[in-house]
Amino acid sequence: MLTKRIIPCLDVKDGRVVKGIQFVSLRDAGDPVELAAFYDQEGADELVFLDISASHEGRETMVDVVQAVAGSLAIPFTVGGGINSLSDMRRILRAGADKVSLNTAAVLRPDLINEGSDYFGAQCIVVAIDARYDEGLGSWRVYTHGGRKPTEWEVIDWAQEAVSRGAGEILLTSMDCDGEKQGFNIALTKAVSEAVSVPVIASGGAGNAGHFREAFEEGKADAALAASIFHYKETSVKEVKAFLKQQGVVVR
Amino acid sequence: MIGIVDYGMGNLFSVSKGLERLGADSFISDDPEELSEATGIILPGVGSFRDAMSLLKKQGLDGFLQRYAAGGGYILGICLGMQLLFDESEENGPARGLSLIPGKIIRFQGIDASGDVYKVPHMGWNRLEFKHASPVTAGLEADHVYFVHSYYADTDDAYIAASTTYAVEVPAIVAKGNVLGMQFHPEKSGQMGMSLLRNYLSLVEGKEKS
Repeated sequence: MLTKRIIPCLDVKDGRVVKGIQFVSLRDAGDPVELAAFYDQEGADELVFLDISASHEGRETMVDVVQAVAGSLAIPFTVGGGINSLSDMRRILRAGADKVSLNTAAVLRPDLINEGSDYFGAQCIVVAIDARYDEGLGSWRVYTHGGRKPTEWEVIDWAQEAVSRGAGEILLTSMDCDGEKQGFNIALTKAVSEAVSVPVIASGGAGNAGHFREAFEEGKADAALAASIFHYKETSVKEVKAFLKQQGVVVR
Repeated sequence: MIGIVDYGMGNLFSVSKGLERLGADSFISDDPEELSEATGIILPGVGSFRDAMSLLKKQGLDGFLQRYAAGGGYILGICLGMQLLFDESEENGPARGLSLIPGKIIRFQGIDASGDVYKVPHMGWNRLEFKHASPVTAGLEADHVYFVHSYYADTDDAYIAASTTYAVEVPAIVAKGNVLGMQFHPEKSGQMGMSLLRNYLSLVEGKEKS
């Protein structure tokens, strides 16, 4: 039986993992390779690296990071952030990433999804969606540019459009829940997961192990992503998985 | 020295790094002549069956792989590389494969026998079930490995060394003599994947010595 995946997410800036990493056991908490190995040992099923470099140099450095991580990591990993073209995808995938995640660029030019999917296969193409509830819309609206710009897209319409264009997976972040640690957005996750034929990764709001169970059982998510609760050691991948197993959720 | 076949579509880096972690030497090439020097071949691959076959043909790699297998050399196909070993695929209309293992590649239906819908691709960690004894699985206990695919092999039980279950029984490790295939990504499947690759390397080394 296919297991539910737990995915830690790491922000990378200019080749270093940044933002609230508290690992005293590591020699260097900013080293992507060391952190990747740590999460691998903890039982993470996959990793996501989000490149938040603002400069061209930072983006170039990301390719080196991908190579180094691919050289040591025996689990799949996705790279997102600033991927705007087929050649960006090619460089990241050829460097050893298993998947690329497209967000703003895909909304601005949806053909990018088709191009990537036709060339590399749907399994390489993750479409990341940031969504926030919109009273006027009576549903969730899709945002781009790191959640700063509202778009015309309603979340289910966009998710279905992305999948019809060849997205192999949807990484769905609830902007309402992100950072609150009160749990994943179950209604949003369930709505999208039931509307598309591809796996959905729930993101935003994880505060404890129980939240993961809710995302899988009630939200129908196929995977769940979290950053700070793992980085700050509020819980660990190992603990979350032990809890899920005990609750009858199938995990590796 | 393991030769990794480069036809422009595989995730070559992760395969070669996986081998490096196991202390095995490998090289990446798209040249049949160079590859014929390899003691064992790995055919990786992600992408579409039809594109992969036409790229292999363009470089004369299809004929090379068939000759290499006929000569008793070990070939390991991974993911799409495994699917290419079969007779044909229905992906984007029927396309001929390498015909090294009898069978064809078909798509997950997305709806099971009881009418419930399931997601395609089959993506994530699923548990292996060992079927026929194989040198590739020798000494190992079945564990989870990482799959990403929308098509799977419809083949005779005789060629299935391990399978997994995703709505249907999915051949996970296939073997016909010296031709082997893994539908999952051993190089991305943690310890279990590394152990399977190690067994493949032992097979290749065994042949080298004999």
